[in-house]
Amino acid sequence: MSVQTAISDARVTTADESRASEERSLSLAIENMHCGGCIRSVEKTLLALRGVFHARANLSAKRVSVRYDPSICDVEDLVEALSRSGFRAAPMDARAETDKVDVDREYLKRVAVSGFAAANIMLLSVSVWSGAGGDMDDTTQSFFHRLSALIALPTVAYAGQPFFQSAFEALRAKRLNMDVPISLAIILATAMSCFQMFTDSEQVYFDAAVTLLFFLLLGRWLDQRLRTRAQGEARNLLSLQSGLATVVTSDGKQKRVSAHALEPGETVLVAAGERVPADGTILSGKSDIDQGLITGESAPVAIAGGDVVYSGTLNLSNPITFQVTAADDMTLLAEISELMSKAEQGRAAYRRLADRAARIYAPAVHILGAATFAGWLAFGADWEVALTHAIAVLIITCPCALALAVPAVQVAAASRLFRSGIILKAADALERLADADWVVFDKTGTLTLGRPVLLNADGISENHLAAAASLAVASSHPYAKTVVQAARSRLGSVGMIEGVEEVAGEGLKRETANGEERLGSPRWCGVKEKSSASLWYRAPTGEKTAFRFSEALRPEARETVQQLKHLGFGPTLLSGDREQAVKSMADKAGIEDWHGPVNPAEKIADLKRRSREHKILMVGDGLNDAPALAEAHVSMSPATAADITQRAADFVFQGEKLGSVTEAIGIASKAKTLALQNFGIALTYNTICVPLAMAGYVTPLVAALAMSTSSILVTANAVRLSGFHVGVRK
Amino acid sequence: MTALAWLIPVALFLGLLGLAAFLWSLRSGQFDDLEGAAWRALEDEDEPD
Repeated sequence: MSVQTAISDARVTTADESRASEERSLSLAIENMHCGGCIRSVEKTLLALRGVFHARANLSAKRVSVRYDPSICDVEDLVEALSRSGFRAAPMDARAETDKVDVDREYLKRVAVSGFAAANIMLLSVSVWSGAGGDMDDTTQSFFHRLSALIALPTVAYAGQPFFQSAFEALRAKRLNMDVPISLAIILATAMSCFQMFTDSEQVYFDAAVTLLFFLLLGRWLDQRLRTRAQGEARNLLSLQSGLATVVTSDGKQKRVSAHALEPGETVLVAAGERVPADGTILSGKSDIDQGLITGESAPVAIAGGDVVYSGTLNLSNPITFQVTAADDMTLLAEISELMSKAEQGRAAYRRLADRAARIYAPAVHILGAATFAGWLAFGADWEVALTHAIAVLIITCPCALALAVPAVQVAAASRLFRSGIILKAADALERLADADWVVFDKTGTLTLGRPVLLNADGISENHLAAAASLAVASSHPYAKTVVQAARSRLGSVGMIEGVEEVAGEGLKRETANGEERLGSPRWCGVKEKSSASLWYRAPTGEKTAFRFSEALRPEARETVQQLKHLGFGPTLLSGDREQAVKSMADKAGIEDWHGPVNPAEKIADLKRRSREHKILMVGDGLNDAPALAEAHVSMSPATAADITQRAADFVFQGEKLGSVTEAIGIASKAKTLALQNFGIALTYNTICVPLAMAGYVTPLVAALAMSTSSILVTANAVRLSGFHVGVRK
Repeated sequence: MTALAWLIPVALFLGLLGLAAFLWSLRSGQFDDLEGAAWRALEDEDEPD
C-alpha cells in the first residue's frame, strides 16, 4: 500500500476541500492495539466514518492503513474517532517513512528462490550420486549437470546480489568484509562447475553454491526482520509523540490541526488536561502546568499571561491560549532530541559481536583458501584439483554461525521480549544490555509510578473526604485526582457539584450557603505549613483537614532491587527531586547508593564517571533523563515515559512492574550465552573440517552438507530461547 | 530412463508452481501481518455490515 501521499500536509486546507472526490491513503500508528478484538474495533470505527473507503489494521506493525476522501473527512477526524473508541492514534510522519519493509520482502523473495533452486538441484545431485555407481550412463549424468546449471545460474545471479553488492562496495573502499569470501566461494564454485560441466567432468558443485546461498540468505533475512521491526516501533513512537492542536483563527473559529503543522505566530488553545503542542507565550488564562517532562519535578507550576510554556508540558487546571513562538523542529523538545542524537552517535561506535568476529574471521578465511590453493599447486597438483580444494575450504569456513545463528538468537530474544511487553528499539541493544553491569534508576515515574498516593486516608473523616472529592472532581491536578480516587474506593461514588472554581496555583473553591469551602495549598486554606506534598480542605465552618501525599513505588520494585544487588548490578538512584524525597524512596526500595537532587548535567557527569568502570543500564522516564539515557551504554524507559524519552531509550517496557528490568537483563544475557555457544559450535566444526578440507578430503558438496548441518544445529540452539523463563537466573 | 523425460519437467513445474504461489502471496501482503492473521481466523465475519 502506498503511503507516499501520507500526510506531509496533515492540515487539510480549503483548497483541498474544494477538490472533487479524491482518494488519499495514509498510515496511522496505533499505540494500544493488542488483540483480534482491537483489530476489529479499529477497523469498524474507521469504516463507520463517512468518507472512509478502506481500513486494514496490521497488528504486528501496530498500524492501520486507511483510504479516505480528504474532501469529506480529514486526518483529525480519523484520530478523534479512534480516540473515542479508546485507541491512541497518530498519522505516520511521511518524512520518516522509508522502504524498510520492502527490503525485508526483497530478502524473503531471494530466500524463496534460492530455497526452490537448492531443493531441485539437490534432487538432481542425489540421483547423480546414487546413479554414479550403478546404471546411470554418461549422457544422463551430463544432462542432469546441465539441468542443474540451468537452475543454478539464474538463481546465483538473482539471489546472490546482496552479497555481491556488499562485497563490491567493500573492495572499492579497500576493505574486507564477510561478504567478500562468501561471494568468492559462490562465484568460484559456480564458475568452476560450469568449466567442469563443459569438460564433462564427474564433479559439479552447483548444489554447494546454491545451498550455501540459501542458508546465508535465511540469516540475512532474520537479521533484517529484527531491524525492520525495531525501526518500525521507533517510528510509531515518533509519530505518537506529536498529537493534535486546537488553533484559534483570526475570526475566532477553532480548528484542529496536527502539531507538526503549527507555525510561529498562531494562537493555540490548550484545554485542561491537554499537552502543550509547541513552545510559546501565554496570551490569556491562568493555569497550573506540569513541567515534569522538562524538569523531572512532579509538583506543578502556576503560570499566567506573558509566561513561557514549553512543548510537551501538561496543562492541568484551566484552558489557556498562547501564541506559538517555536513549533515542530524548533521547540525546546526538538532541541533536546537533537542533543540526544548527538550523544547517540557516540554509542553508534559500538560494534556488534558478529561484526567484531567478522573482522578477524574474513582475512583468516582468505589466507586459508589461498594457502590451500598454493599448497596443492606447490605439491604438483593440477590447478583444477587445487582450486576445488580451495573452494571446499572457502565453503567450509563460510560464516554460518555468524551469518545465521546470531540473527536467529536475536530474533528469538526480541520476540520473547515482545511477549513480555518489552519493546526493542535498536537492533544492537540486546548485545549492549548483555554487557551492562550496573543499573542507574531515576526516581519519579521510574522507580515510582509517578502518581501520588494518599498517606493519611484513614485519618480523614468521611464528610470531609466526600466534600473535598466533589471539589477535586473538577480538577486534573494529580493530587486532586488522588483525592477523588481515595473517595471512590472508600465511599463508592463521588458527587458532582456546580459552581466549583479553580484558581491557578492555589486550588479549588466553591460558594456554599454557609460560606466558602476550599481545597488547595496550605497557604490558600490559611494554614502555615511549608510541605508541598499536601493539600488542605477548609470546610465552610472553618474546620481544616490535611491530605498528605507520597509517591508509590512500582510493584516488584523492592524485589527487583534485591535481585539486581544479588547479581552485582548496583543499583544507583539519581533523582532531580528533593533530598528527603529521594532518601525516603531509596530506603523503601532498598537502594543504599542514592544521590539527589542532581540536575540533568550532573546526571550525565555522574554517568560518565561511572562508565569508566562500569557499563551502565540507565532506566528513566522524564525528559530530564533523556540525555542521560542517550549517554548510558544501554537504556530503558517505561511506556508511561515522556515520548521523547522513549525515543532515546533502547527498550520500552509496558505495564507497571519494575520486574521488566531484570527480565530484559535475563533474556539479553541468555541470548549472549546462546550466541557464544553458537560461536563455540562453529569453531569446533571449523577446527575439525578446515584441516580436512585443506588436506583435500572434502569435496565442495560434502563441504556444503557439513556447513548446512552446522547451520541447522546453531539455529536449533538459538530457538531454545523462546521457551526461556526468567527468574531461574542466578 | 524415458520416464525421466517427463518426470523431471513435471517435478520442476510443480516446484516452480509452489515458488510462484509463494511469491504471489508475498506480493499480495499475506506475510505482512502474521500476528493479525492468527487473530482474524477467530473472528466471525458473518454479521452484516
